[in-house]
Amino acid sequence: MRGADYVIKRTAFAVLTVFVALTINFALFRLAPGSAVSNLSRVPHATQELRQALKRQFGLDKSKGAQYVLYLKQLVHGNLGISFENQQPVSHNLWIALKNTLPMVLVGTLFAIVLGTLTGVIAAWRRGTLAESATVTTALSFYSMPTHWLGLMLVILFTGILPTGGMSNDFLINPSFWTHIRDVASHMVLPSLTLGLVLYGEYTLIVRSAMLETLGEDYILTARAKGLTPWTIIRKHALRNAMLPIVTLVALSLGYIVAGAILIETVFSWPGIGRAVYDAVLQRDYPMLQGAFLLLTVSVVFFNLLADLLYFKLDPRITS
Amino acid sequence: MSVVLNEPGLAVEGEPVRSRGGFVWRTVRRRPSATVGATLLLLVLLGAGLAPWVAPYPLHQQVGPVFGHPSWSHPLGLDDGGIDMVTLLMWGARISLVVGFAATLVSMLIGGSIGLLAGYFGGRTDVVLMRITDYFLVIPDVPLMIVVAAIWGPSLFHIVIVIGILLWTSTARVIRAQVKSVRERVYVKRARSLGAGHTRILVRHVVPQVAPLLIANTVLTIAVAIFDETALSFLGLGDPSRTSLGKIIENAFQRAAISSGAWWAIVPPGALVAVIILGCSLLGGALEDALNPRLRVAHLSARTFRLRPLVGRSAESI
Repeated sequence: MRGADYVIKRTAFAVLTVFVALTINFALFRLAPGSAVSNLSRVPHATQELRQALKRQFGLDKSKGAQYVLYLKQLVHGNLGISFENQQPVSHNLWIALKNTLPMVLVGTLFAIVLGTLTGVIAAWRRGTLAESATVTTALSFYSMPTHWLGLMLVILFTGILPTGGMSNDFLINPSFWTHIRDVASHMVLPSLTLGLVLYGEYTLIVRSAMLETLGEDYILTARAKGLTPWTIIRKHALRNAMLPIVTLVALSLGYIVAGAILIETVFSWPGIGRAVYDAVLQRDYPMLQGAFLLLTVSVVFFNLLADLLYFKLDPRITS
Repeated sequence: MSVVLNEPGLAVEGEPVRSRGGFVWRTVRRRPSATVGATLLLLVLLGAGLAPWVAPYPLHQQVGPVFGHPSWSHPLGLDDGGIDMVTLLMWGARISLVVGFAATLVSMLIGGSIGLLAGYFGGRTDVVLMRITDYFLVIPDVPLMIVVAAIWGPSLFHIVIVIGILLWTSTARVIRAQVKSVRERVYVKRARSLGAGHTRILVRHVVPQVAPLLIANTVLTIAVAIFDETALSFLGLGDPSRTSLGKIIENAFQRAAISSGAWWAIVPPGALVAVIILGCSLLGGALEDALNPRLRVAHLSARTFRLRPLVGRSAESI
């Protein structure tokens, strides 16, 4: 069957991409001249024994090829190394960070999808009117703003009204479950809003152009001639067919959101993946950086695969 | 009739053939967005370019109190070192633009040549090059930039290279698609049958045809490059000795401009970045629309159901 063929092909490509990313990941950190790991064994005034011991500990006495095999082997076992910073396994650190990032990112994305679809549909339907130029200009402006700067603007606007840093209030002693949820939710408003606003601009433009494409089709004219209300035309005829590019582009952008959260989490001190990357950069915590980069790459590749498969599922015309 | 249909180059043009430059100019002129974008960019370029001559104060000198309020002598106030913000912004825009242009140049060279080769030669070359492009497309830009910038150490040159070698994928795809269609046109086939070599065909016939699209793509890429530079600087990976717009935002953030209430140290640099990106997006989008035949579609306007004519007159759409 051709469908199964397609799925297998895309999946194989995704797996291969992850493998390439793994290799880049390895090469970046080990083969680059004067890279971090080889610097480790160059402690000033180190005795020969210490150097040898360090080299052995990090496997630097082996050949590059053997190191690569060792790296892959450890990865298969889920071993991403030990963080220099807190001596915890990197995978453990990443897991905690991911758990913090996901709710914030999901709320922001949901906000962006709802608002973006709404304004995009309005812009397409009211083509050539003031409503269109207003929505498009607003969307473009938000799209143009540097993410972290938009976050800082919200901080300036909402200081004193909403919490602007961290994920929970440390001074709450033994809060009840609901108090804790309320506390975290109030901390989440600004970072999620920042993410939502940045994405919404992009989504509006995507939805608008997808809608314009479908609104030009003959079946819309037919629907109109049948005397259907605009609302029915949009909902049942136009938006459904415009969904194809929208869904895939949203799935694609999801992969990059985790990466984009780096800036937002830095601004709001949100203890997620992005913040972990930022801290790892500052502390030159290379195992963490390497692990986080791997996680981000895998997430992008995964959502790309998802987009491909969704496209296939949604559009029966695709056979190859 | 069949003769005409066999020659794709002839079947396309309905209206009288005019110069391509004239077509671009007419299309761009009809869209306000292109004019607005070009004006914004021109203003920023002017301010940045003339910084050494018209900047009101010296760049490295304290001319007032730390985080001094905006006043007649300092319309945008002073930063954490008592440096005039207007001066700082003019010089910062200069660095940001230089990084944006240089990184874009790198990415255009890579993306343009890959797109050109893949589209022109096709076959196995195409498959291999596009596969490489696909891999680069999937790898997340910003984290890889962060990793590379962190390993190489902060310097303007590194930032340019890092951004440049990660931004070329979309260019390669757009150019490849265009080259594929140009390659099949009659005059290219004629040139080939007259004995022209690959180099001559590429340089004389293909490149001039894709150049406008490459320029449109360049404008769009500059926006991304400047955004990325701002992001890297904000994460502390910028060149510490060069004050770009991103660096100004980072400085203000790190030195507690917000808790000191000094909004003027942080609002203008970001707004300026937004203006540059907006200008590039408007101009680049309009140019690409005018040039990329795939985007030029007839639309039924939903409200009036008037069919918009195809070539060249869909000027109002973005």
